[in-house]
Amino acid sequence: MIRDQEFLKDIASYCIENSKKLGATDVGVKVIHSVSENVSFRNKKLDESNRADSFAVNLTTYIEKKKSSINSSDLSKSNLEKLIERCIDATKITPSDENNSLPDKDLMSKEIRDLNLYDETHYPNDKKIEFLKKVEETASTDEKIVNTEAGFTENKNNFILANSNGFFGGYKTSNFSSSCVAVSRINGAMERDYEFGSTRFLEDMMEPEVIGKIAADKAIKKLGPKKIKSERIGVIFDKRISKGILSTLASAISASAIARGTSFLKDQINSEVFPNSINIIDDPKIEKGLGSQNFDSEGVETNSLKLVENGILKNYLIDTYYGKKLNLKSNGRSGGTTNLYFENGTLSFKDLLNSEKKFLYITETIGHGGNIITGDYSVGASGFMVEDGELTYPVSEITIAGNFKEMFKNITLANDLEMKYSTNAPTLLINQMTVAGK
Amino acid sequence: MSNFFKETDIDTSQAEAIVTETLKNCDDGELYLENHKSESIVLDDNKIKSSTYNSDQGYGFRAVTGEVVAYSHSNDISKESLRKSSENLKDTLKSKKGTYNHEIPKTNSKYYENINPIESKTFDSKIDLLNSVNNYLRSKGSIVNQVTANFLGEHKSIEIIRSDNQVLKDDRPLVRFNVSVVLEKDGKKETGVYGVGGRQSYDDYLKDGSWKDVCDEAFRIANVNLESKPAPAGEMKVVLGPGWPAILIHEAIGHGLEGDFNRKKTSAFHSLMGQQVASEGVTIVDDGTLHQRRGSLTIDDEGTPTENTVLIENGILKNYMQDRLNARLMGTKSTGSGRRESYKHVVLPRMRNTMMLSGKYSQDEMISSVDKGIFAVSFGGGQVDITSGKFVFNCTEAYEINNGKIGSPIKGATLIGDGPSILKEVSLVGNDMKLDPGIGTCGKAGQGVPVGVAQPSILINKMTVGGTKL
Repeated sequence: MIRDQEFLKDIASYCIENSKKLGATDVGVKVIHSVSENVSFRNKKLDESNRADSFAVNLTTYIEKKKSSINSSDLSKSNLEKLIERCIDATKITPSDENNSLPDKDLMSKEIRDLNLYDETHYPNDKKIEFLKKVEETASTDEKIVNTEAGFTENKNNFILANSNGFFGGYKTSNFSSSCVAVSRINGAMERDYEFGSTRFLEDMMEPEVIGKIAADKAIKKLGPKKIKSERIGVIFDKRISKGILSTLASAISASAIARGTSFLKDQINSEVFPNSINIIDDPKIEKGLGSQNFDSEGVETNSLKLVENGILKNYLIDTYYGKKLNLKSNGRSGGTTNLYFENGTLSFKDLLNSEKKFLYITETIGHGGNIITGDYSVGASGFMVEDGELTYPVSEITIAGNFKEMFKNITLANDLEMKYSTNAPTLLINQMTVAGK
Repeated sequence: MSNFFKETDIDTSQAEAIVTETLKNCDDGELYLENHKSESIVLDDNKIKSSTYNSDQGYGFRAVTGEVVAYSHSNDISKESLRKSSENLKDTLKSKKGTYNHEIPKTNSKYYENINPIESKTFDSKIDLLNSVNNYLRSKGSIVNQVTANFLGEHKSIEIIRSDNQVLKDDRPLVRFNVSVVLEKDGKKETGVYGVGGRQSYDDYLKDGSWKDVCDEAFRIANVNLESKPAPAGEMKVVLGPGWPAILIHEAIGHGLEGDFNRKKTSAFHSLMGQQVASEGVTIVDDGTLHQRRGSLTIDDEGTPTENTVLIENGILKNYMQDRLNARLMGTKSTGSGRRESYKHVVLPRMRNTMMLSGKYSQDEMISSVDKGIFAVSFGGGQVDITSGKFVFNCTEAYEINNGKIGSPIKGATLIGDGPSILKEVSLVGNDMKLDPGIGTCGKAGQGVPVGVAQPSILINKMTVGGTKL
């Protein structure tokens, strides 16, 4: 079972007191316990069952403006004692940096709101097995499906974050996730696709039949892809991957990239970065949200932020260290974004597909071809051709390329936003990208 | 060598008894114990940005019968915790019955020394070197906008306890030293990254000022990229340089030849054993036995000694890479390719050092044979879709080739190809095989493991280059 707050607090206090005794002027510590149970199936048979029980301590000690850290999974006090000593020794000889410090006291989170992030329901392994049987049963109905895999994971976490300024905060979270991967085959050539659901509460999990059916349908639709000619064309990003645009934005507006001068959006604050119809929000206080949190990884209160308003970049993602470098206060984004999303567009999915005669509709990208410094973007892709509003045939072995600066300015959003992940975007169109194929 | 049961309420013989009792009706399995120490020291933006020391210890208890794997892991090495894991494994496999395979080959070979790189260089001297890197690169002029350098060092001790008290042990050092530089000229910014590493001490890679070579290489790449033009888009001839570009081999065919995907018939290669999958003259091996290389292992994470596995010989598909589970189910033997990121992870068949061996052509011959194409010298990462066989990798240094001559540098672009057919498009294999500098990490099913690659220069007849210029 998951350990309680008192147990974790005791270890956090031990670390703070001992570090101070050895000469630390400031201390930050996080203690985590997590228990995870996973069952996976393959072709309707049990494949793997996995149970994990993990502890972690992350400790940072400061001596004035010097700083060093240790991480360990062994919570025994004899081990911690040795590691604290090692951490203090390293701190003493690490050069100081005037920006090293704990967060300002007045920015710290004052109360912990129950955001409905913990479901204590335990879903026993036989229930998981029943669930997975249904997933695979539905996924393998069509004879073109030659292989199915399905998995169910249940996670329970508890943590405490503390520092030597008297901050102590923590709470339990849970996560249930289920996935199905289906492989389809025709004429010896295979394609793979998947469906995935992740929720804080068991009761919110998608029906197993839905997960199986979506994975199978998608894998079958991809069969017999063609490689198309290289051309400039409008590219529509399916909802599964359109959120990647927001992840790119998040990296480019992190205070570290801005302060280090390594972002293509440096000096773009208060300028138009997207079309003026676009608003982007990062809201940590959504009930049951997968990215929800009371405070960031330093204990700083997090509140909803409008990152982009009417196309204009309004905020960076700021932590304490890089905030000091930029002369800005932390806005509770140490550790990144929380629940990040585009506000819905105005066009329906159908209208978006019909807005031109011909589009390329991308359902999957592969590779890590985004460069945050220059904004250059080039990735492998697969998806479908869209002609007169209809998906006509599958496409693969192509690349799409452009530059984020230009791509951001040419975005049109559909109105089909769903809150399925921690970062969410509706279907979106980027007018005119270069597609390389034959 | 770690004593995992010191300071616990259980001793080795009691642990062995639990293992033997738990696995008595299973086909295979073991108790895997791991003690992992690592450090990371980062210089960034003229400052020591972070210094972190990690100490992690735990066990992963695995029972395997038929195709089913039951796994339980914990940080807590104690009688109660092991008992709980044992109950958990037995419960999962309660309806199965297997026969334990005791056979595991022995070895006296060792491919690296038992040193702890973290302790073999003082903290002060690491900080000094990082500062020297910063000063050295910044002395190259105001064009230098940002310098990042870091040390990553680790020491991992593992102990594998199999049924009936078979115990296998290994101690593994690993280091990496990286430099990244951002240059700015006329409002344009570009990055260059280079690094070195392997299973030795830091100083083996840095002595006699050789750290300056690492800096110079990162600086050179960034400088080349400052002059880069938009990359072309479409199908064309591609010449790959020797060494690190062999991640093409790793992505295009390496993953597709891992035993699990072929047993499950989800790899595009699963029906191609014994067939021609590459041009004549193409030979590819996966070798775990190279001394001190990043991907080398004395024994794999199931205790099997590693070997040099021939995957493709003169174009013909010869072997898959196997761990014990997939080998048993496919009626063959483990190739010593069973690996896991840590005690928190199940064993999977993985690559070690994947290499295409030298042929007879010179790089000049390749380039002069190309009318229009690109010459790719260095890459970032890659990725593959095992099932469709499509793979990509990103160029970080590449040039146009026009009429047999190397032209301007081009911007980073993704190259995409089809695994089962790409090696048939290899028309010339160079005589200049080179190992990568020791920086690769391969990801599979959420597990990262250190790997190496090697290849000579090669000419590929046709590949799609994902640039922006039509």
